Amino acid sequence: MNTDEIKKVIIEQILEVAPEISEDELDDHKNIQRSLELDSFDFLKILTALNEKLGVEVPEADYGKVDTLENMALYFSERL
Amino acid sequence: MSTFVMPSLGADMESAVLMEWKVKEGDSVSKGDIIAEVETSKGVIEIEVFEDGVIEKLLVKEETECAVGTPLAVIRGKGQEVGEEESKESKIAQPPQKDLESEKKEPKEKQTVQETPKVESEQRMKISPAARKKAKEAGVKLSKVQGDKKEIHLRDIKSETAPKKSERSSSMRQAIAKAMSLSNAQIPHYYLSSSINMSPALKWLEEVNRNRAIQERILPAALLIQAVVHALKDVPELNGFWRDDALEISKEINPGIAIALRKEGLITPAILNAHEFNLDGMMKSLGSLIERTRSGKLRNSEITEQTITITNLGDLGAESVFGVIYPPQVALVGFGRIMDAPWAEGDTLSVRKVLQATIAGDHRATDGRIGGKFLDKLNQILQTPQELL
Repeated sequence: MNTDEIKKVIIEQILEVAPEISEDELDDHKNIQRSLELDSFDFLKILTALNEKLGVEVPEADYGKVDTLENMALYFSERL
Repeated sequence: MSTFVMPSLGADMESAVLMEWKVKEGDSVSKGDIIAEVETSKGVIEIEVFEDGVIEKLLVKEETECAVGTPLAVIRGKGQEVGEEESKESKIAQPPQKDLESEKKEPKEKQTVQETPKVESEQRMKISPAARKKAKEAGVKLSKVQGDKKEIHLRDIKSETAPKKSERSSSMRQAIAKAMSLSNAQIPHYYLSSSINMSPALKWLEEVNRNRAIQERILPAALLIQAVVHALKDVPELNGFWRDDALEISKEINPGIAIALRKEGLITPAILNAHEFNLDGMMKSLGSLIERTRSGKLRNSEITEQTITITNLGDLGAESVFGVIYPPQVALVGFGRIMDAPWAEGDTLSVRKVLQATIAGDHRATDGRIGGKFLDKLNQILQTPQELL
């Protein structure tokens, strides 16, 4: 899976957790939680879903490395 | 035989739409079973039955708007014969129902009304004095209300100004407005605030989560709720209601959790019997509550039996929050954003994760001394978080 494909999976999961968000609100470089007004519970749900899809678990200590869509895609691509 | 009526789901609710029956006539039900879904300003709420029995008769059709207190179903108690007490059943008053269809038509008509205000037509119309006064107050154009009517009455103006049923967000706004105005008019609030060093609790939580699968992780939000519940066991005066000029302390601790809906508004459904949970149970209950709040699957007990409210602004919020108490409750606990801040301990100054915890108390029910005691207890608990597990 390349980074673009991973990004697609991530976007799918974000929209699954927060169906009110439209895809054009997503920005590669903006902080996911802040720009989409996701709370800590939503964010944990997204990471849990991604763990199930991609088999990679993000430890809490690495939350800073998955803050934007681009960083998150990169993080998963390095660990797949 | 008993009659199941449309329950009141909050002081601000006058009616709700019965959307769907979850049972049919002849079904056996037990206390706590969901028998119907109703739509209110708080979204779709699942209605629980309060007794064991058999559904003898469903009295209203789906998609019917029913006022609070409207008989919805007849339930035959366990052991009662079919047809027993039939005479009582016939005594049930015909519920005051409004057919949704007729209501739906109304806004459509309004849209087709021409927007050309003609002074002459207004003069020719018969307008009741009350309607004219109300229209002036509410800024409603009489020509807009007229349509093909020859006369305008007060109810026409009221229906023009009333929130449309289909707009959940605006009716929720109305519900919040009503409750908060009532609170500010009736409750003499006092406010207290304390800075809490959250570094020990967050470090401990990090350790706990490190050894857990992602599905089992606990969020600081759950830890804070658990800490509040523990503190309330020591300071029960803040957990209850102000009723008939007296404080009524609740045995159950049902904290209402302020949950924002993404589009607009918020709901504060309760984690029922939170005093019975350990930290894992609290995290699971919180997760389920948030999910069901956002998908519109709350139960009526969850939106009516709160004994205190907790509002947590989370990592994106402001530094502190001084809340408005939801009557008849007597307190609201607020948590701001956890921030890095200078912290003095003895004669050492260092940087710690600091949380502003606040309490809004009803001064009729308690004094600042009680609120202060609560915040002090909360702080102590969060310094030894392992006891919350």
